[in-house]
Amino acid sequence: MRELDVVGPQLAVLLAAGAVLAWDALAPPRRAALPWIALAGLAGAAAWTTAWAVRGDFGEAFEGTFSIDAFSVFFQYVFAGVTAIVVIASIDWVEREGRRQSEYYALVLTAAAGLMFLAGARDLITIFLALELSSIPQYALAGWGKDRRSGEAGVKYLLLGAIASALLLYGMALLYGFSGSTLLTDIAAAVAERGADNRSLLAAASVLLIAGFGFKMAVVPFQMWVPDVYQGAPTPVAAFLSVGSKAAAFAVVMRLFFEGLGEEFLSDDWAMIFAVVAAVSMTLGNVLALVQRDIKRMLGYSSIAQAGNFMIGLAAVAVAGERFVAGASGVLLFVAAYAFTNLGAFIAVIAISRRTGSDEIASYAGLWRRAPLLALALAFCLVSLAGIPPTAGFWAKLYVFNAGVRADLVWLVIVGVLNSVVSAYYYLAVVRRMFLGEAEDERRLPVAPTVALALGVATLGVLVFGIVPMPLVAAAREAAAVFAGG
Amino acid sequence: MTLTLEHFLTVAALLFCLGLVIALSKRNAVGMLMGIELMLNAVNLTLIAFSRFGSGGGAVAGHAFTAFVITVAAAEAAVALALAVSVYRSRQTVEVDQLDLLKL
Repeated sequence: MRELDVVGPQLAVLLAAGAVLAWDALAPPRRAALPWIALAGLAGAAAWTTAWAVRGDFGEAFEGTFSIDAFSVFFQYVFAGVTAIVVIASIDWVEREGRRQSEYYALVLTAAAGLMFLAGARDLITIFLALELSSIPQYALAGWGKDRRSGEAGVKYLLLGAIASALLLYGMALLYGFSGSTLLTDIAAAVAERGADNRSLLAAASVLLIAGFGFKMAVVPFQMWVPDVYQGAPTPVAAFLSVGSKAAAFAVVMRLFFEGLGEEFLSDDWAMIFAVVAAVSMTLGNVLALVQRDIKRMLGYSSIAQAGNFMIGLAAVAVAGERFVAGASGVLLFVAAYAFTNLGAFIAVIAISRRTGSDEIASYAGLWRRAPLLALALAFCLVSLAGIPPTAGFWAKLYVFNAGVRADLVWLVIVGVLNSVVSAYYYLAVVRRMFLGEAEDERRLPVAPTVALALGVATLGVLVFGIVPMPLVAAAREAAAVFAGG
Repeated sequence: MTLTLEHFLTVAALLFCLGLVIALSKRNAVGMLMGIELMLNAVNLTLIAFSRFGSGGGAVAGHAFTAFVITVAAAEAAVALALAVSVYRSRQTVEVDQLDLLKL
């Protein structure tokens, strides 16, 4: 059946979630197999997605509420890859934690299925359900750790996330009231037909939607949860949150705003909002990251600044209709590059803090002599986050800034470049400390093989796309063309 | 006086703002959750009002949306209360401003 074929990748992931739970109930002594069942499900999802990509027989399903196209394929790959790396990096931590292992993987997989549904959702109800399917497991995961701070992070994340969902829903309800339909295509038609007479209603809806998604994307002024949750949540979960839900929010914002609310008179309104949010997020995130002493909090603030970089691309698309593809593909490229880079950084932190028992940046001094490969990988990811060649982060920044310049948002790009300089300072400060600092304790740090594998995959991704960016650029361009064409 | 769409929307907007104020000002996690429920119910009222008074064939979508919102709200509340219980066990409080381990 075509319908089942379309959501096959998502079903594979959900099936794996069920299989993980069943395996734990049926064969409890063989818990070591759990993560590999999860990985098998993700591999199945990736294979199914590849089958779609090869066939190229794209289209809609479920009465137009869900679509499979180059855009959703791109994001399904990103989410499957991100989740797989997170699962591998979790193995060591979950085993050590020792309790309720199957539930942990089941929740991660359920959240991943939600993210993958988001990639193709073209209907307000579908978007809402997919968003909650990915969010609710993440709330539970944030409160998973035994540490008291973890429970606190979970409660904070859930309460603020629920407020954001309510704002988002109110915006969706207004859109539904205006157009009489929840399909993005119908909304686009209604906006084109009588949107000009209802500008204030649509503006209110847009503001509510941006507020709701702004929380997921972690942009100013909806960023206050980020450092607390990243610091308190278990590190593998923080890695997942920082990449998965952020990328998904950008995917759905692109769909919703460019497909549903893409009319020119509207895009002028929200282009300004996007540009201002981008500038403020970059500046505030970077300035606050400068003064952090805890590396997870630093990465939290830096991810707020990175979200600002994404937003430059969104603003560029909104301003320059016909140059659509440059901006949108810049955002997609940034999503992919950021996913690998940030995951790599977080996994390195997992490996280090597990052994040293500290997240203080000061404890990274002299890491080069204690764990050379680990230090090298972390340094490489931080250099990529700063946007210095030859890394994937460099190309991502280049494309986004280029799109900004071509959309006449020169002021925004200048703010972005200045911010890159500021960010390079604190990223490289960590690198300098690792390589030139004096370690208090000269003993070697052992690294769990699974963590090393996850870190290796992520870092290799950053390096390969840094040296040969063209395949990724082509994929991003093709995915972005979905909006330009129709 | 007959009830029109505007009446329903006004009530819903007031409820939503009320819920938002409660959610942002309450210092107790369970109290915040109640505010959030109020916001979600205001959204449901809006959806149903649009569905009842709106034109076109999208009336059912509003009902379906509401049913989903109610379901998701229940799931969210279940996780929220579970987290609140787990925090209460270790801290003996669910006052949000006393949950301050995560500060600089």
